[in-house]
Amino acid sequence: MAIGTIEEKERSGLRLDKLGIIIAALAAYGAFLAPFATFKANRIVQGEAKAIWEALPTALGYGLLALVSLAAILAFVKSSVSVRVAAALATLVALCLLIGIAADSLTPPGSSYARVSPASGFWLLVFAFALLLADALTRLNPGPGVRVLLLVGILALLGAMLASGHWDGLSIMREYASRAASFRAEAGRHLTLALGSLAAAAAIGLPLGILCHRVDRLRAGVLGVLNAIQTIPSLALFGILIAPLGWIAAQVPGAAAIGIRGIGVAPAFVALFLYSLLPMVANTVVGLAGVPHAANDAARGLGMTDRQRLVAIEFPLAFPVILAGIRIVLVQNIGLATIAALIGGGGFGVFVFQGIGQTAMDLVLLGAVPTVVLAFVAAIVLDALVEATRGRGKVQ
Amino acid sequence: MIEFDQITKHYGDTEVVSDVSLTVEPHTITVVVGTSGSGKTTLIRMVNRLVEPTSGVIRIDGEDNRSIPAFELRRRIGYAIQGHGLFPHRTVAQNIATVPILLGWGKARVKAKVEELLTLFQLDPSFFAERYPHELSGGQQQRVGVARALAAEPNLLLMDEPFGALDPIIRAKAQDDLLAIQKHFGTTIILVTHDMEEAFHLADRIAVMDKGEVLQYANPAEMLVRPATPFVEALIGASERPFRLLAIERAGDAVEPGAAEGTPIPASLSQRDALSQLLWSGRPALPVAAADGAILGKVSLEGLVKRAARPR
Amino acid sequence: MPSLATLLRLAALLVLLAFFLQPAWFEPLLRPLVQANAPAIYDRGNLFWLTMLHLRTVFVATLAAALVAVSLAILVTREAGAEFLPLSRSLVNIGQTFPPVAVLALAVPIFGFGEKPTLIALFLYGLLPIFENALTGLTTLPPAVMEAARGAGMTERQRLFKIELPLALPVILTGIRLSVVISLATATIGSTVAARTLGEVIIAGLQSNNLAFVLQGGLIVAVLAVLIHDALQGLERALAGRAHV
Repeated sequence: MAIGTIEEKERSGLRLDKLGIIIAALAAYGAFLAPFATFKANRIVQGEAKAIWEALPTALGYGLLALVSLAAILAFVKSSVSVRVAAALATLVALCLLIGIAADSLTPPGSSYARVSPASGFWLLVFAFALLLADALTRLNPGPGVRVLLLVGILALLGAMLASGHWDGLSIMREYASRAASFRAEAGRHLTLALGSLAAAAAIGLPLGILCHRVDRLRAGVLGVLNAIQTIPSLALFGILIAPLGWIAAQVPGAAAIGIRGIGVAPAFVALFLYSLLPMVANTVVGLAGVPHAANDAARGLGMTDRQRLVAIEFPLAFPVILAGIRIVLVQNIGLATIAALIGGGGFGVFVFQGIGQTAMDLVLLGAVPTVVLAFVAAIVLDALVEATRGRGKVQ
Repeated sequence: MIEFDQITKHYGDTEVVSDVSLTVEPHTITVVVGTSGSGKTTLIRMVNRLVEPTSGVIRIDGEDNRSIPAFELRRRIGYAIQGHGLFPHRTVAQNIATVPILLGWGKARVKAKVEELLTLFQLDPSFFAERYPHELSGGQQQRVGVARALAAEPNLLLMDEPFGALDPIIRAKAQDDLLAIQKHFGTTIILVTHDMEEAFHLADRIAVMDKGEVLQYANPAEMLVRPATPFVEALIGASERPFRLLAIERAGDAVEPGAAEGTPIPASLSQRDALSQLLWSGRPALPVAAADGAILGKVSLEGLVKRAARPR
Repeated sequence: MPSLATLLRLAALLVLLAFFLQPAWFEPLLRPLVQANAPAIYDRGNLFWLTMLHLRTVFVATLAAALVAVSLAILVTREAGAEFLPLSRSLVNIGQTFPPVAVLALAVPIFGFGEKPTLIALFLYGLLPIFENALTGLTTLPPAVMEAARGAGMTERQRLFKIELPLALPVILTGIRLSVVISLATATIGSTVAARTLGEVIIAGLQSNNLAFVLQGGLIVAVLAVLIHDALQGLERALAGRAHV
């Protein structure tokens, strides 16, 4: 029986959007009261805060204020979802373009010491309109394909911005410029750590999960041990592994030659691998346990062998759950790989911890931003994959 | 007395209840019957204002039910639903005490009431009071649900398919219990069901609903004899009619003078069950006994067959 | 008769306490892990004191996160906040992809070094699992129970405090448990920005190539995490088991 609560309310008059009120307030504060960019004559001195109209050429500055105000009003009143997406996207693109222009116009010509970085107002505006975009997209509820396409579009846009050199005046890009080679190397190491340990965990975790599913007595023990490993702080696990790997490198002939060392990539790789095992094994077990009893029975009744049943029935049906485990592992590994820097394992963490050591925010960002983007992209792509496989394999 | 006065309810463009007017007499059981989606649940949920009507008025003892705040109104009206809705984190006693405590009764009074009700529903207070709902059987949970609805001594009890989740044997027992309780407290009961059998068993008056409209509102006998529409007739079931007619009368009302051989039939048994016993025993007549065991006379196959025929 | 698992936990707790009170007893065990002359037991501070500071940081951050997360979950599940429900679900999903190190690193420029950025990072990171679970708990209440509560004449506030929150409590506690375990481990990273936690011990070990330090710091956190995890799980089971929710 229908239980009407919200539907019962009369629809009349001009309706205000509650989230829109928050977005408009954030946008108003970010645009008019908070600084848009910070200018430093060199890397160490105290920065000067610049408002939008100070940071940008006059016409562009007032143009941005007008655009932000218009978008905020559209968020404020109950506008249609597509209008909100358009308003949010237009404002975000404008912000991205204009922060680059602000960097160019604030930097004295020829100066290579001056640093311009986005300030709180810029971040607030980005946050406010990203919120608007997220809300509108949530309401549209796009399918997995559309979400991935949208992601590709946004990444292409960011890539184009980076490639065109439009942002080169910004301090984070200046940090990058002086470290381009090491950035690429650390990025490669970060990906190797995250993806390599995932591959290893999948290669070991899947068979282990299948075994745990089949052998009841094994399950509790294996999952218990893997659970315990998860409670060891990453910092410590990375460190603890230094000893056994150092020993192996010294004692086992040839181990050192293939890159096994006490410090560096090897302990980080092993630690990430160990953390990845639990989600892999647990999701494999849950996925296999969730295979409908009737499907298994029917397969047996049709004369399938255990192996045939596993390959043709159980594995395909459990696949979405296993994929969800892979999603957890990948996102987790991308984040944890930052810690590897502390034991000489490299990765984006190198910039984060160097930046923390030198209290250089831009350097921290140079490490943190790619990590967040990478984790975010991995989550969206794998979520889309999980949803696509679920939709296809729907039993009922 | 509950008066529905031109009650209409819309959800968006769909009309779930259309212009219903009917009066429920005090101290009676009124059963609202209909298929799912007929608007019967919405109709009774408007009595305690879980749903507000789009138009029309419901008066309880002459007073508009919107004259006091909804939550106060609900505390005065008992409400029992399918699947009992017991609070799983509270004991049986705490569940039953819900409304009395909301009304601010004293501890002693609440405790006495809980014990009275548990005893009345044949649940030993010393054992059941401190149990949690999940420790009870389905039938026991259902009884606690009704006990909770009656705890604040409401004059009016609304029941929404209260026995829907019970198996047939427990359901029959729960229905008999309800009849006894109603006699005991004199509560006015409005009960919603889709089960015609249940309606005929319990009702003083039946309202048949379809597509938001009340097709017929009458006492069971009249509804059997003169169904207002083909839908009502179909709902009663043509092949069931003579048996339903017998089911609403007691064996004591069909006693004929004379003696008969065989095991006596209790006078309180329905005539339908009496017929069943006659058929099974293979005898043309059986003696009828009063509650104290005194033989009142006999019931005969012939007599019951006449009573089952369409009245002229 | 306590089970084997309970006895093991008790033993772990006793060993931990013994380690705080009489660290010298453990010296022979740790000695082989360090080079000659290097100390085998952490000597740059009191381990017990550091443990308490570590727990305090986690406790304060989790308490704040629980209060805010549960309040927010209550807000978006009321009629007035219903508009925010879908968005808040997406935000939780997005938020959980943020690596804890990144949250910590980004908090430093805003809040400076020390306790503050660690508390903020743990608070923000702890919000998500608690909010997610509180949301699940409050949106999956049995409809018949909610209907009965309304029908009994409870006001909205009475329904929230007497029915909804008690019923959602076990699920909310699960969220708090997840959050505590994540925070216990993440807090160690706080020591890279000079917060006083057991991470200090691990970092000191990494810097001076002293494996015994790394092991001590790591194992104390791990044992604490396991014990706190199990204690909270026991509490959840007791609550849920009694009411069978």
